[in-house]
Amino acid sequence: MSIYRFVVHFTNFDPRSARYLSDAHALGFHNLQRIKCQDLYFIEGQLSQKELQQLALKLLTDPVTQSASWAELPAPPSALEPGTAIVEVSLRPGVTDPVAHEIIRAAHELGFGGVRRAATGQRFLLTLDNESASTFIDSANKLAAQLLANPVIHCWVVGEIAPSFLQEMESSGAVEIISICNLTDEELLALSKDRRAALDLAEMKAIQSYCVKENRELTDAEFETIAQTWSEHCGHKTFKAKIELNDGREINSILKTYLKSATDEINAPWVLSAFVDNAGIIDLDGENEVSFKVETHNHPSAIEPFGGANTGVGGVIRDVLGVSHKPIANTDILCFGPQNVTFDQLPQGVLHPRRVMSGVVAGVQDYGNKIGIPTVNGAILFDEGYTANPLVFCGCVGIAPKGLHVRSPQKGDRVIVLGGQTGRDGLRGATFSSMTMDAQTGEVAGASVQIGDPITEKGLIDVIVRARDLKLYHAITDCGAGGFSSAIGEMSSAIGADIELQNVHLKYAGLAPWEIWLSEAQERMVLAVAPEHVAALQELCDTYDTQLTDVGEFTGTHRLVVRYAGKVVVDLENDFLHDGIPQRQLKAVIRDRVIDNQEDPLISNYQLPNILLQLLSHPNIASKASVIRIYDHEVQGGTVIKPLTGVEADAPSDASVIHPLGAKGLAGVAIANGVNPEYGKRDAYRMAFAVVDEAVRNLVAVGADPERIAILDNFCWGDPLCPETLGSLVEAARGCHDAALLYRTPFISGKDSLNNEYMGADGQRHAIPPTLLISSIGVMQDITEAVTMDLKEAGNELYLVGKFAPTFGGSHFSLVTSQHKNESVPDVNRITPQVYKALHQAIKAKLIRSSHDLSEGGLAVAAAEMCIGGRLGIDLTLDRVPLQTPLSLFGETTGCLLVEIAPANIAAFELIFKDLPLIKIGQVTSDSILKFGDDAILVGSLANAFNPSS
Amino acid sequence: MKPKALILQAHGTNRDYDAAEALTLAGADPEGVPLNHLRSGKKHFGDYQMLVLPGGFSYADALGAGKLLAIDLNTYFVNEIDQFVSAGKPVIGICNGFQALVKSGILPGERLENSKQRVVHSAVTLTFNSQGHFECRWVTIMPVSQKCIWTKNLSENITCPIAHGEGNFQTAELFPLSSFFKQDQIALTYIHTDGSPADGEYPANPNGSVFDIAGICNPQGNVLGLMPHPENHIHPFQHPNWTRGANHHSGLALFQNGVKYASNL
Repeated sequence: MSIYRFVVHFTNFDPRSARYLSDAHALGFHNLQRIKCQDLYFIEGQLSQKELQQLALKLLTDPVTQSASWAELPAPPSALEPGTAIVEVSLRPGVTDPVAHEIIRAAHELGFGGVRRAATGQRFLLTLDNESASTFIDSANKLAAQLLANPVIHCWVVGEIAPSFLQEMESSGAVEIISICNLTDEELLALSKDRRAALDLAEMKAIQSYCVKENRELTDAEFETIAQTWSEHCGHKTFKAKIELNDGREINSILKTYLKSATDEINAPWVLSAFVDNAGIIDLDGENEVSFKVETHNHPSAIEPFGGANTGVGGVIRDVLGVSHKPIANTDILCFGPQNVTFDQLPQGVLHPRRVMSGVVAGVQDYGNKIGIPTVNGAILFDEGYTANPLVFCGCVGIAPKGLHVRSPQKGDRVIVLGGQTGRDGLRGATFSSMTMDAQTGEVAGASVQIGDPITEKGLIDVIVRARDLKLYHAITDCGAGGFSSAIGEMSSAIGADIELQNVHLKYAGLAPWEIWLSEAQERMVLAVAPEHVAALQELCDTYDTQLTDVGEFTGTHRLVVRYAGKVVVDLENDFLHDGIPQRQLKAVIRDRVIDNQEDPLISNYQLPNILLQLLSHPNIASKASVIRIYDHEVQGGTVIKPLTGVEADAPSDASVIHPLGAKGLAGVAIANGVNPEYGKRDAYRMAFAVVDEAVRNLVAVGADPERIAILDNFCWGDPLCPETLGSLVEAARGCHDAALLYRTPFISGKDSLNNEYMGADGQRHAIPPTLLISSIGVMQDITEAVTMDLKEAGNELYLVGKFAPTFGGSHFSLVTSQHKNESVPDVNRITPQVYKALHQAIKAKLIRSSHDLSEGGLAVAAAEMCIGGRLGIDLTLDRVPLQTPLSLFGETTGCLLVEIAPANIAAFELIFKDLPLIKIGQVTSDSILKFGDDAILVGSLANAFNPSS
Repeated sequence: MKPKALILQAHGTNRDYDAAEALTLAGADPEGVPLNHLRSGKKHFGDYQMLVLPGGFSYADALGAGKLLAIDLNTYFVNEIDQFVSAGKPVIGICNGFQALVKSGILPGERLENSKQRVVHSAVTLTFNSQGHFECRWVTIMPVSQKCIWTKNLSENITCPIAHGEGNFQTAELFPLSSFFKQDQIALTYIHTDGSPADGEYPANPNGSVFDIAGICNPQGNVLGLMPHPENHIHPFQHPNWTRGANHHSGLALFQNGVKYASNL
C-alpha cells in the first residue's frame, strides 16, 4: 500500500503566517524573519496519478487560493534556500484527528474508494537571520517547542516528518490483579502514588478492609474505579471533610455548613434543583426552566491550552445536556500569568502565559462557535500566581420546558452510550486534576489531555432534546472525569448495572478493560432507556449522525458489574463505592485579617488623569474586545444585551441579557460574574462577600430582578492539606454563606478545584491566589426593560447610589501606584440589598437611562467607561463626597452604581431612593470630556487607553 | 397558502432555528429537514417552495468552510437542486450556506456553454478573513441587485451581525468580475454606517472581500448567498443600540421579499 504526501499552500496570502510571525516575535524570536505555514496530508491507498490530482483539486485545496504538490513516500527531501529551515508537525497517534476522518469519508463519497487511511500535519518554512549552521537547528527546535507544537499531542521534526498512523494492535482483555489485603501502611501509600490515585492512608485502608471483607484482591479496573469515584474531583472530599480550626471550632463539611444550608434557609420556591443534578435549575417564566453550571478545566489547560479549554467548554455543555436542557449561552472566565514574562522567569516545564492564553482563547472559540452556542459573558484576569496554574472556568446555560428532566433508571433499562468513540484520551483525569503538578506532569499525564469534537456534541444536542420530548429515556448523565466508571457508576448507584465493555466502540484496538472503563474520551452521554424505546432512539441517532451503543443493563442487584468478553473485571458493592469513603479530617488555620483603618497617609501629588489612563489600560481592566469578537455572541439570535455596548460598541456591559427562543413572551435571563483575587489574597471572607455582591450588582445594573437571582460558586484554591490554605477556603465559604443570606440569592450549583499548585524544579511551590468565582443568573420578565451602561444624553444627571465606602486595600489603584497596599479590602453594607431593590423599582418605572457598577478602578473608571459607551462627557462634582479626591476617584467599594437620570424623572427617582444612600455626583455633557475637580480628559483619550489595539 | 421552506440541517448546522424564526415572521412555513432525511428519501426537495441553507460549521469546516457540505450537495442532490433552481424557486444560503453554495458551484451559477451542466470548480471562493481570524460584529450592508428576488426593491440598508472566519469573497485572477456587474449579480455590499461604500476599509468591510461584496446571486436572481446574518436582526431588541432608541428589524425585509416571491410562484 502506498503512502502519498500532499503539501498545500496558499498562492498569495496566508493569514495564519502573519499571526505565527507576530507570536514568535512576542516570544522573543527576533531573528525569525519569515514564517510560511502550509498544510500536510498523508494519504494511504491505491491511487492513480489522475486520482491523486483529482483528490488535490476537489478535496484538499481551494483552487482559487491554494495549490498542492504531492509525492509518494519515501520522497527525496525538498531543496531548501540558504537561511531557511523546515519544521513539520503532526498529531501523535491516537490523538483525535477529525480532519483525517473527514478526508477518508469524503474521498469515498467522491468515488476515490482506494483511500484507506489519512493523517494531517503542518509544515512551517522558517527564514532566520544571523544564524550559524550549528545554532540553526537549535533555534528551529526551540521555536517548534515553544510555539509550533506541543509534545503532549504533537510530534515534530526539523525536516520532513513521517506520517504517524496508529499501529494495528491486538485487542487486549488483560486484567491485572492488585494485591492489597496484606500491604503495610507504607506499601498502601506507595501503591496510591504509583497508580497516581491521589488517595490518602485512611482511604487506602478503607479499600483494604473492603478487600478483606470480600476476601479477595482487586482488579486494576476496580482499583481505578474506586480511585476515580473517591477523587477530590468527583468526591469533593475537602468540602465534605471534618475540619478542626485553630480557634477550637469544628466544621462538619463546608458544603453542608456554608453552601447548601444557605440555599435551604432561603428556600426560594423558584429554585427547581440545587446541588443534586449536573446543573442547577430555576424557573424562568412559569412554563420553562433554565439551568446553569460552571466547571473548571485548569490542569488540562496548563499542559495543552487549546485542548484543555476546548474540552472544558464541551464538558460543561454536557452538564447542561445532563439535565435534558438545550444549551443557550456560554460563559468563560480566564486567569493567566502576566503576558510579558521572559522565558527565564518561568518555572521549568511551564508553558509561556502568552501561549497559554492564545491556546485557551482559541479553544473556547473553536468549541463554542462550532457548536452554535453564543459566548456572552466572561472575564480575563492576570496575576503572577496564575503563571504555572492558569484557571479556565467554563459555564453553560440551558433551557427546557418545565418538568421534563427525568432522573430514575429502571430495572431492566438498557445502558445506552451516545456520541463519540472511546480511546485512551484523558485517562485518570479526575485523579490528575486532584494533584499538584510538576515538570513531569506534561509527560506522564499526556494521556490526560483530550481534544474536543464540537460537531459530534452538536449531534448529541439534536438527539437528546428530541429524545427528551419523546420521553425515550429514564435518566441521563454525561461522561466527564472518570469516564464510564463515574457516569455509569453514579447513575446506577441506587440500582446496579451489568456492563459488557466489548460492546463499546473504540477509536483503536488494544485498550485494556480498565482503560475502556476509565477513558475520558469526549462527547459521550449515558442514558437509561427502556428496551422498547431503543429502536426509536436509534432512528433519531441515525438522523443526526450520532453513534448509539448498548453496553449493558440496569439490574437492581445494587452491585456494579463490568465484564470484558463475559469475564468479570469489576464487581463492587454500590454502598461501598459511593458511601465507603472515610470522611477526611483536616486542620485549618485562620489568619487574622488586616485591621480596618490602617490607612497610609495620602500622597498629594498624584497625577490623577495619568492614573486614570493607567488604570483603563491595565490588563485586568482594559477592553477584552479582541477576545470577545472572536467568540460568536449572536448565534441563536437572543443576545439582547451584548458583552460590548455603546455608540461604538466598545464599552463593557455589566451583564449579558439573553432572550432564548421558546421563552414565554419577552422573558429572559441576565448572566454575570464576580471574581477578585486581589481581595482574596488579603481577606478571603470579605473577598467572598464582595464577589457575591459584584455578581448580584452586575445583574441588577442591567435590570434583573434582585429577588430572582441565583448564584453558583467555583472555588479554585491551593493545597487543602496546608492549614492556612484551608483556613482561607473556610473563610471564603463562610463569606459565601453570609452574603447569600444577605442578598437572598441561593446557591444552585458549585464546584471546587483544589491543588492548583505547581512544584518547581527548584523545590518551590507556586500556588494561585485564592480565587472564588461567583456566577450569577437573574430572571427578567420583560427583556425590553433592560438598561445598558453607556451614557445616553447630555443634560442628564448622574447619581451615585449605594453606600460609598471606598478603600485602597486590594485595589487596582494600589496595583498601578504600589501605594496603600496594606489597607483592608471593602466590606459590604447591610443596606445594599435595599439599594438594589430600589434601583430595580426605578428601572421598572423606566427612570434609568444608563447604569454601571463601580468595580476595579473605582468611581473614576466606572465614569470613564460610561463616557466611552456614550461618547459623551461627565462633569463630576466630588465636593459632595466628604473624602480626599484620590480615594473618592480610585478607591474601591462594594454596593455602588452610577446611574443616569433624565431631568424630568429626578423627582420620581429621588422619591424611590428616599432614606437610601444617594449622591448627585455629576452631569452628562455633550463636550466629550470627563471633568473632575481641576482635571479633564478627552473621552477619545479614555477610549484609546481602554482599547489597547486602537 | 404559506410557502413551505426547507431549512437544510447538515452535520454541524447551527443557525437553523434562527433562520426558521425569520421565515416564520416573514410569513413562510419553515421546516428543519435533516440532510439524512433527504438522502433516505423520507423528504423531497420538490415538496417545498423555498430552500434555505443556514449558518453553522458543517463538518467543522474541515478542509475549508462549506467544502464538505458542497461535496454532499453535488454527490447526493445535484439534480434535485438544479431542478429547484431552474424552477425559479427562491434559494438562500447564509454564511456557511453561502460557502457551500459557492464551493458547489450553485453560485455564482455559471453554466457550461450550450449545456445545462453547472460549472463546479468556479473561479470564486470565500477564503480566510484578511484579519486572519473569526470575527463577530455588526455590519451595515446595502441591497444592490435588482435582479435578485431577495434584494430587489429593498429600500432600507440592513444592519446585522457577521460571525465567520472564512467570509473573504475572492475570485481567481483571470475571472471577469465585470460579468457580475453586467448580470446584476452583486446582491449586497458592505458599507459604512453613514451609507458610503466601505471601500475595503476594516471593519466596515470586515473580511477583505473584493468590491465589498457581502452577497451574490445567480444570473437568474433566485439564488442568493450572503455572509452576514439578516436572520439575527428581525426583532428591534436584537439591534446593538436599541437601548439608545434604535428601533429596526432591517433583516426581516429580505426574508419577506423571498417569501412574497415564493407565494406568487
